Amino acid sequence: MKPARALLCAALACAALAGGGAALAVDTTPALPTPALQQRYYELTHELRCMQCQSEALADSSVGLAADLRVQVRELLLAGDSDDQIRDHMVARYGEFILFRPRMIWRNAWLWGAPTLLMLIGGLVGWRVLRARARLVDSEEAGSSGESLEP
Amino acid sequence: MNRFLLPLAGFALLLAVLLVGLARAPQKSILPSPLIGKPVPQFTLPNLFDNTGQVSSDSLKGHWSLVNVWGTWCVECRAEHEVLLQIKQEARVPIIGIDWKDQNEDALTWLEQLGNPYERVGTDRDGRVAIDWGVYGAPESFLISPAGTVVYKHIGAMTPQVWQREFLPRVAAGPGA
Repeated sequence: MKPARALLCAALACAALAGGGAALAVDTTPALPTPALQQRYYELTHELRCMQCQSEALADSSVGLAADLRVQVRELLLAGDSDDQIRDHMVARYGEFILFRPRMIWRNAWLWGAPTLLMLIGGLVGWRVLRARARLVDSEEAGSSGESLEP
Repeated sequence: MNRFLLPLAGFALLLAVLLVGLARAPQKSILPSPLIGKPVPQFTLPNLFDNTGQVSSDSLKGHWSLVNVWGTWCVECRAEHEVLLQIKQEARVPIIGIDWKDQNEDALTWLEQLGNPYERVGTDRDGRVAIDWGVYGAPESFLISPAGTVVYKHIGAMTPQVWQREFLPRVAAGPGA
């Protein structure tokens, strides 16, 4: 019993290690010199889209183009560009679609505004329904209290 | 009756939005290029046929040209090759090739075996120029006006239909901005 369990644990550990190794191997871009830059690199490559696979971030994609774009993000960071400058650099080439998080610009107003608008409408409808129900309960109570007076 | 009207209208609206979304889904993977109407991205690349020569964006000025991004690793590029040869034979618009992330020997062999539709071919080995052009899936073809403006972009294999419907009328309409 015991050796079998140990063997199972070892097998599971091996599988986990192998999986982890594969996941780490996607981004082979050399690390940036400071933790602050590395953090910005991490965030940028997670919010930029891989244009070939489209639902993956640059950071997670094993496609050649994603690797090239990661290298470019790294170089722009080293050149001292701000996060916004790097986003603009990518948008100028690939369009807004490369950003996973749409920017707060007038063209995207409907996108950012729609949820708020829908919430307001929902709230208004909910409030009216609750008020109507409350009125119903009031009249019911009035009716039942009238009944309870009778013996 | 009246109390069902509003939810029903809401449902109909939702249905319409979803149906339009479904109908448009196949085109969703083809994205508009922000480069349309803008000057061509500047580049200078080594010439595939001549180690000492160069192919640059300056050579696109003064006449219409078709910039075609391709690679020997790209299956669709083989599919469109015959069409590019036909366009070359038409002799209306010279084709400039950008050989993207490829090997010189492979590219030369490919052109030797299949024929060469290109007036010039620049070799983009690290993919930097392709990024400046916003390329994300070869083959991609750009129509460049004599003024050096990107007029149109087609993603995927060139076909005679696309060439005649989208490219030639724009060339015939005369030099754009």
